[in-house]
Amino acid sequence: MIELNHLSKTFYVSDGTVEALRDITLHIEDGDIYGIIGMSGAGKSTLVRCINMLERPTSGQVIVDGKEMDTMSAAELREARRSITMIFQGFNLLMQRNCLQNVCFPMELAGLKKSEARQRAMELLELVGLPDKAKAYPAQLSGGQQQRVAIARALASNPKVLLCDEATSALDPNTTHAILSLIQEINQKLGITVVVITHQMSVVEDICNHVAILDGGIVVEEGPVSEVFSSPQSAAAKKLVFPSGVDETLLSQTEGRRIRLVFNGAQVTGAPIIAKMAVDIGVLANIIAASTRTIEAQAYGNMLLDVPTEDGQFERALAYLRAIPNVIAEEVED
Amino acid sequence: MFDGLFSSESLQEALRILQEEIPFAIWETFYVTVLSTAFAIVIGLPLGVLLVVGEKNGVRPLPAWLLKALNVIINLLRSIPFLILMIMVFPLSRLIIGTTVGTNASIVPLVVAAFPFIARLVEGSMREVNPNVVEAAQSMGATPFQIIWKVMIPESIPSLISNATVAITTILGYSAMSGIIGGGGLGKIAIDYGYYRYKYLIMVLAVILLILLVQVFQSIGTHLSIKSDKRLKK
Repeated sequence: MIELNHLSKTFYVSDGTVEALRDITLHIEDGDIYGIIGMSGAGKSTLVRCINMLERPTSGQVIVDGKEMDTMSAAELREARRSITMIFQGFNLLMQRNCLQNVCFPMELAGLKKSEARQRAMELLELVGLPDKAKAYPAQLSGGQQQRVAIARALASNPKVLLCDEATSALDPNTTHAILSLIQEINQKLGITVVVITHQMSVVEDICNHVAILDGGIVVEEGPVSEVFSSPQSAAAKKLVFPSGVDETLLSQTEGRRIRLVFNGAQVTGAPIIAKMAVDIGVLANIIAASTRTIEAQAYGNMLLDVPTEDGQFERALAYLRAIPNVIAEEVED
Repeated sequence: MFDGLFSSESLQEALRILQEEIPFAIWETFYVTVLSTAFAIVIGLPLGVLLVVGEKNGVRPLPAWLLKALNVIINLLRSIPFLILMIMVFPLSRLIIGTTVGTNASIVPLVVAAFPFIARLVEGSMREVNPNVVEAAQSMGATPFQIIWKVMIPESIPSLISNATVAITTILGYSAMSGIIGGGGLGKIAIDYGYYRYKYLIMVLAVILLILLVQVFQSIGTHLSIKSDKRLKK
């Protein structure tokens, strides 16, 4: 559905140039939920804006639904944009229009009849769970509700692709989860290809099938989420898959070396691995952080251990853990 | 200067003028102000919008020289003192109205003085529109005209109303000055009686009425601006 070939974007600023994207090649399948993750400044927002040409790439090719975006005329591009809609971190609703009028907006732009637009807008508000807020203004809604209206608005033009630019970053964890579930539901019900831009691994784990990790304007890792999660290769990926809630200051205080442990929760939870390791080989590991996550309907455990280094304890621990089936253990460096 | 301000003679005369001339003067002031503001908005609003959308990164970039020329013309007109401007536009008044004196003729210099001012106010209102919302409209395939007409102007209505109020009260002040070239209204009464004939009570009366008019316009404008703003939760 989306093909990016050797995409580069250079910004010219007063004191030189900034290479926001460097030679990016990605293929996003039809009907996929694809995550693009990276720290602030990694270039992920620029990347998603290149897909609908809000940002013109310096070089390279963007093909969406078989059509080459970067060579289109202004009118062709406007037409193409109707099938590639976008939701934003700041929702970006029209504040002087009520919810119904906001959802009608893209249909108004396309010249649809008012009565038809209203009817479809009501259906969409129902789909996102806000039929009773049709007459309310955005300022009267919570952030989660505003994003629901924005999703309804994005669906109004029957898009083939939905781009989500940090769509949940301004929301609390519960609301984030609800919005992500809605996006997943839309993907399954309507078959819309979804591209999710985020800096939170939890968002990717929650709904994405594939993920690309962006660091310094290049894709450092790409693949199915479960693979990247269980055996990350790049430094950026390793940092992102840390169990949630790891405190940076806590990390710098640990004395030993660190092991990250990933295990298939459904098969391994029966065994108390860390306690067993202490009994079997006498290595006392300190659990810095631990969590479980569900990725592609599979439960995964994720644990960060601090292991003492004296008398080869660290090596023994690593070998011991690696010998357990369904467990992936590897050292994590700073 | 204010000796005998309240002598029975001057009070009597004031009462007579209040009854015979002031009602019509109020109407004239109102008529000139509203009409001038309306014409100035018709010219100034599109110019103000162009100043923003025509920028390099705007919705509909204009050639740099054109934008520059627009800015220079607006600054030029804004820097001429109104008293001088009134006389400078005489040829234009003669062309449009057929005469250079009188109430209708005073509308011409008022519009010429006010439209650059309004263009700048509109420019300010347009810059307040959230650029992310404009970008959202672009991402939905809106044309530049649709963005101006359906996003930028509607989204800045409260700010536009509040700026229109600033404009109308300023134009009201200018209209009083046009009493000099025979533009009718409260300004003419203040100048004719107060300045030329030393009837200070009449002058004070006219000024008080001007103050009241400004208050009325300002209150209505503020009320409308707040009422139109859907960002304020009700």
